[in-house]
Amino acid sequence: MKVELRAEQFKEHSLIGGLLRQLHVDIPLLIGLFLLLLMSFMMLYSTGNKETALLIRQAARMGIAGILMIVLAHVNPRQFQRYSIPLYSLGVVLLLAVLLVGDVGKGAQRWLDLGLFRFQPSEMIKITTPMMVAWYLAGHDIPPKWRHIGVATLFILIPTLLIVRQPDLGTSLLVASSGASVLYFAGLSWRFLLVTILGLSALAPLYWQFFMREYQKDRVLTFLNPEADPMGKGYHIIQSKIAIGSGGPYGKGWQGNTQSQLDFLPESSTDFIFAVFAEEFGLVGCLGLLAIYLFIIARGLYIAVQAQDTYSRLLAGSLVCTFFVYVFVNIGMVIGILPVVGVPLPLISYGGTSMVTLLAGFGILMSIHTHKKVLPN
Amino acid sequence: MLALKKKKNISKIVEFSGRRKLVLVFMFLGVCVLILKAIQLQVMETQFLQKEGRSRQVSTVKIAAYRGQIQDRNGKSLAVSAPVASIWVNPQYCREAEAESEDPKSICSNLTDIRFKQAAKLLGMSLRKLLKAFDASTNKQFVYLKRHIEPSVAAEIKTLGLPGVGFIREFKRFYPAGEVAAHLVGFTNIDDKGQEGLELMYNSSLKGVAGSKRVIRDGKRRIIEGQNLEGIKEPVNGQDLQLSIDERLQYLAYKELKAGVVRHRAKSASLVMLEAETGNVLAVVNQPSFNPNMRKNLKVSRYRNRAITDVFEPGSTMKPLVVAAALEGGFIKPNQLFDTRDFKIKGRWVRDGHKHGTMDLTAVLKKSSNVAASKIALSMPPSYFWRFYHDLGFGVSPRVNFPGEASGALPEYSGWSDFEQATLSFGYRVSMSTLQLARAYTALADDGVLHSVSLLKREKDEYATQVLSPETAIKVRTMIEQVVQKGGTATKAKVDGYRVAGKTGTVKKVSRQGGYGNDYLSVFVGMAPASDPKLVIAVMVDSPQGAYYGGLVAAPIFAKVMGGALRVLGIAPDEEQTMSVLLSK
Repeated sequence: MKVELRAEQFKEHSLIGGLLRQLHVDIPLLIGLFLLLLMSFMMLYSTGNKETALLIRQAARMGIAGILMIVLAHVNPRQFQRYSIPLYSLGVVLLLAVLLVGDVGKGAQRWLDLGLFRFQPSEMIKITTPMMVAWYLAGHDIPPKWRHIGVATLFILIPTLLIVRQPDLGTSLLVASSGASVLYFAGLSWRFLLVTILGLSALAPLYWQFFMREYQKDRVLTFLNPEADPMGKGYHIIQSKIAIGSGGPYGKGWQGNTQSQLDFLPESSTDFIFAVFAEEFGLVGCLGLLAIYLFIIARGLYIAVQAQDTYSRLLAGSLVCTFFVYVFVNIGMVIGILPVVGVPLPLISYGGTSMVTLLAGFGILMSIHTHKKVLPN
Repeated sequence: MLALKKKKNISKIVEFSGRRKLVLVFMFLGVCVLILKAIQLQVMETQFLQKEGRSRQVSTVKIAAYRGQIQDRNGKSLAVSAPVASIWVNPQYCREAEAESEDPKSICSNLTDIRFKQAAKLLGMSLRKLLKAFDASTNKQFVYLKRHIEPSVAAEIKTLGLPGVGFIREFKRFYPAGEVAAHLVGFTNIDDKGQEGLELMYNSSLKGVAGSKRVIRDGKRRIIEGQNLEGIKEPVNGQDLQLSIDERLQYLAYKELKAGVVRHRAKSASLVMLEAETGNVLAVVNQPSFNPNMRKNLKVSRYRNRAITDVFEPGSTMKPLVVAAALEGGFIKPNQLFDTRDFKIKGRWVRDGHKHGTMDLTAVLKKSSNVAASKIALSMPPSYFWRFYHDLGFGVSPRVNFPGEASGALPEYSGWSDFEQATLSFGYRVSMSTLQLARAYTALADDGVLHSVSLLKREKDEYATQVLSPETAIKVRTMIEQVVQKGGTATKAKVDGYRVAGKTGTVKKVSRQGGYGNDYLSVFVGMAPASDPKLVIAVMVDSPQGAYYGGLVAAPIFAKVMGGALRVLGIAPDEEQTMSVLLSK
């Protein structure tokens, strides 16, 4: 009753607000996302040498992703729960397909060519993995029993390892953390957490020895000492630091990004777009951007806390945490406190699939938030 | 089953507020780390990083200065610089671009592209050679594809848009006079630096000062056009060099000398033409020559300006000078007679080729008697004789500012034996270049005034010295007018309409083994018009085959060049007899 009452008041206060509510849209999230997309467009304009084709393509992607977000916001969370298994299975099958018939881009197999556009199944699995784990854990006792944890871990490991095979360390990291965060929110015992963390750190040297590719090892070594090969392997990170640093406290202004405009900064419109942003808008801009991200994350966490069933709460919590990891890993690598892994800056970097999955995730969050009142009790 | 799960979901909602807080703590810490690092980069290290960034972008590029022209006395170009383009390639460009692009094919098509074929055709090089420049496996980042091509060709190459290709503006040197002035002008190398001749000698004033400008380069080292930075240093163009040479006379002299060398199958030859009243060099030519615009696979010996750098024994051309010296010093009388029978000096014979008996000074010069010349030489004290030769510039650098100019050799008189003093009078034991020989004759031509020589245009000779009295000079000049007359040694040196004074020399050449061999130098030096000489020409032909007398080999070349030059310069004829003949026609 209380909820309904609040909704009624809201409706009376503003016609547009009511309309948005009818659309199942969460206004604070929408504002935050809109600001980021606007920023993305501006950054692309200044890094892409004002190439209109590029901007139009990105705008189209934003449009598609935005429509998908609204559509998903209309779907009842129970439907997500219902389709968790088929969606997850589809994702795994597509990942297998990529390994078999995928397109090679930059030395890794990540793409499926669907004729009209290229599709990265590893992006889709970022959402379906937490859905699957949340569905599975929500169907059993909370906190989960050991065997449930085991099965859930398997659900996480299958897509993670498939993505590692591509190889795409950054995405596999995000998938693993999206699944792990569901486990965490489901009430994994502290002891288990501790043991896992210690176990993983113990396994790290083995992983280094047997699973990491040469270029991945190089990235870690370069991260530890970028000056060792400044014109070669360390070039990325050194140029990135120079771009960020030359922005200074207040930046060089929009389109004042000499480092990236002059091709000194590689990947300036994709993974390293934060460096361009930092050069143009300085420390002040960086803090502003972080504030927007934190605002979105805070709103997401609020939605997770407000969620009315376990599945929704676990999924929402995981989606928000993954979003944070996304932001942290990308900015961390661009700024030089993490090794270079291929993670784009969410919603700002140029690129289609990640935009679609991220907004789809926020669609799910909105759905979870806006369908509360229609719950039976 | 679904229904069961649904029930469970709804029934159980777990709070786990501790976990939520831990997540918040981690997020907070993460954000703090990011912010601290951002502050470090953007506040604490910003100046250092900005400097680093600029040093990667801004670099200095040379602006080539225009090299000064070399012109003849009338302003005709002997060496000019024309703007050309040089094309270079960064072979790593494709590799770098492909590493960055999602779709490598669109940036660098494979090397079988039609554009490469077109470029190879435009540059006139084989496709294979062209593709070699694009070979990334060399790890080079700068390879010249072709240097010094026409700007229009470069523009066409530019429109092809080959990957990783850059253009440099340079200057190429052209020599309009070609082989005619090649030895004198010299040449520059591909970097516009003087290598030989006057190009080398006056390189520093010709080359100017290269300017520089600061440019912005991108990450692939390409210069970004249209970005004007402060700090442009304009290039200072080189100064033009105006020579004393008259291109028309140079051409005439070259043509005749070459014809003479061909006719007599000589090894080499030189000719120097001086302006009698200033010492300015009007022409200096040599055989063999070379084309400075296309010099490939040439022996270095062809580059030598023999007239200035090579010395030889001048032979009988010394005799008029010896006569002048003795007359000037009063050691002989103008009307003195000389017995020209062979005679011995300390056991060594001095002989003439033909027997002439007793004769006066004019006949001595006309018939070129070694015996009489020796007697005249011996009449002078060695110190006086030496001083006179020395004053004429023998054994002394003529200081024309030419790389490798020769001074020749004149032995110190204290060591002279009588025989040596005698041989000096008919031009052995003393050596000089063709230029020095011609210069010495200016003393006879300009009424006793010996001129300094110059390759650069000048109005008057500030270093002229009076070495003879005008009377002596005129007297000797009148005597050697007989050399070209009937019975003289050089009747072929006659020029229609002009009085010519001159002297032959036929010199046994020093062989490689030492001593005198069977090769000869054929020499003639003379002046016209003899009544008031304007030009002095010295011709030296090395090792002519068949005829070798100076009067047969060198004299005809002299006559042709002198005749042509007098007409080109519009100098009035002074031979009265011919004058009347010409007028009556």
